[in-house]
Amino acid sequence: MKKINPNINRDKKAIEIRGLQKAFDDFEVLKGVDLDLYQGENLVVLGRSGTGKSVLIKIISGLLKADSGIVNVLGKDVCCLTSKEMDALRLKIGFSFQNSALYDSMTVKENLEFPLVRHAKHMTQKERDDLIDVILDAVGLAQTIDQMPSELSGGQRKRIGIARTLILRPEIMLYDEPTAGLDPITCIDINNLINEVQRRFNTSSIIITHDLTCARAVGDRLVMLLDGQFQRDGTFEEVFNSEDKRVKAFYNYNFTD
Amino acid sequence: MNQSNNNNLNEPQKRKYVLSRRLDRAFLELYNIYAFVARFFKEVFLPPYEFKEIIKQCYEVGVRSLPLVSVTAFIIGIVFTNQSRPSLADFGATALLPALISVAIIRAIGPLVTAIITSGRVGSSIGAEIGSMRVTEQIDAMEVSATNPFKFLVVSRVLATTFMIPALTMYTTLLALLGGYLNVHQNEQTTLITFFSQVFEAITFLDIVASSVKSVLFGFTIGMVGCYKGYNSSKGTEGVGKAANTSVVTAMFLIFVEELLVMQVINAVRGI
Ligand SMILES: Nc1ncnc2c1ncn2[C@@H]1O[C@H](COP(=O)(O)OP(=O)(O)OP(=O)(O)O)[C@@H](O)[C@H]1O
Ligand SMILES: [Mg+2]
Repeated sequence: MKKINPNINRDKKAIEIRGLQKAFDDFEVLKGVDLDLYQGENLVVLGRSGTGKSVLIKIISGLLKADSGIVNVLGKDVCCLTSKEMDALRLKIGFSFQNSALYDSMTVKENLEFPLVRHAKHMTQKERDDLIDVILDAVGLAQTIDQMPSELSGGQRKRIGIARTLILRPEIMLYDEPTAGLDPITCIDINNLINEVQRRFNTSSIIITHDLTCARAVGDRLVMLLDGQFQRDGTFEEVFNSEDKRVKAFYNYNFTD
Repeated sequence: MNQSNNNNLNEPQKRKYVLSRRLDRAFLELYNIYAFVARFFKEVFLPPYEFKEIIKQCYEVGVRSLPLVSVTAFIIGIVFTNQSRPSLADFGATALLPALISVAIIRAIGPLVTAIITSGRVGSSIGAEIGSMRVTEQIDAMEVSATNPFKFLVVSRVLATTFMIPALTMYTTLLALLGGYLNVHQNEQTTLITFFSQVFEAITFLDIVASSVKSVLFGFTIGMVGCYKGYNSSKGTEGVGKAANTSVVTAMFLIFVEELLVMQVINAVRGI
């Protein structure tokens, strides 16, 4: 069970969302989502498959456009940014994709270099190489540096994906199912990594998951996405101390067989 | 998800179609193609330039196509010459063979064959590669890391095909002529010098210009179609296969249409 991070700054919101709606053709995915992410906080978003969790963070990072509602990230309204402003904002957001999304025509090193070459132009090649070594060490995969993504296991790909987003020291991290499909021990590694990132860089993070062990290990606060809205909000106990059948089902699915 | 879908069945249709669902889609697709091409012309001039990627793609399109293109061009030169001989021989006009080969290969066969072969090799691989990057969210990953994926992927590839296919065309034309020469030399004992002086007598500057314009157009088409299909490929592995496949089919179709159009224009210029 995680101890809530004492460094959360409740006066400062990294992300503020009000009345967010999103539909694909006639299919309403998000029906008025409100969310606050405080500076330095790990927020876990729970929800069944297809409830729109990935859509939510894609809207936050500007990959998808909201139909209506306000999405304010680090004080900027993402709906109305020019592409230059959007890029500047995106450098402060790290997005770890559900399927890792490593560039599969490049080696691990080139994957990590990709954002550096373009956005840390002041760095020398030596500094870049050193930084890559440090980050790879942090995710425990120094030996994979010259491998191609196709030669890595799913868990390794996930960690490289997280390393690639961490390399520019983002202020906000968005993790899309960081532990899905991994063995329990690798899960613990990734949970520790997420907490470590929060502690060391004071990042604010949204962690999407349906793995309650992970949710309990990394979340300072949990919200649950049900029917296109956030219905439960609070610590792990507060969220699951509910008579709502859907919440109970979610809990039982994880902790009984 | 299922639950919400069922709920939606009872709701009134939100989206209204102007003509019909199909026609609207078709016009939307046309607009998307226009927007895609327009975006290319906008971004190709704006910095930052991805030189490294452009060079890499030029190598991929140009150098890696050489073996296939060489063999094909050479064989076509030989076969075309060999098959044309009897009809000229009927009139005792085999001396005109170099001129015939020259006109046929430089005006039509060279550019067309190069384009068709590269659209099969390069077009499909561009479609598949970008398609799989779309499907596995690599394009999204690029975008959220504040790198313009359009510039990195599309602009570099379209530039590469637009530059390299004319270069390949020149090369294949030469090789096809050489194949033709070998066959002529074997049968009519024409020397290399005589052969090529007859070849160049038969064509005009306009022919060279027309062929160059055509091959630039073909190169642009191959790159653009592959990128468009890949960039807009639908989700799933099926989408990748479809992107690769339709890239080739569409590019080939467009190449023939362009061939026809350019021919008309050139004939008008010639005053025929
Ligand atoms: N680009 C898109 N076009 C059309 N529909 C989409 C698109 N992206 C998502 N959807 C739909 O939105 C719904 C929510 O998708 P989303 O990927 O957010 O689910 P999720 O909560 O992340 O699920 P999972 O836990 O399985 O990843 C799905 O029903 C999906 O079909
Ligand atoms: Mg998802």
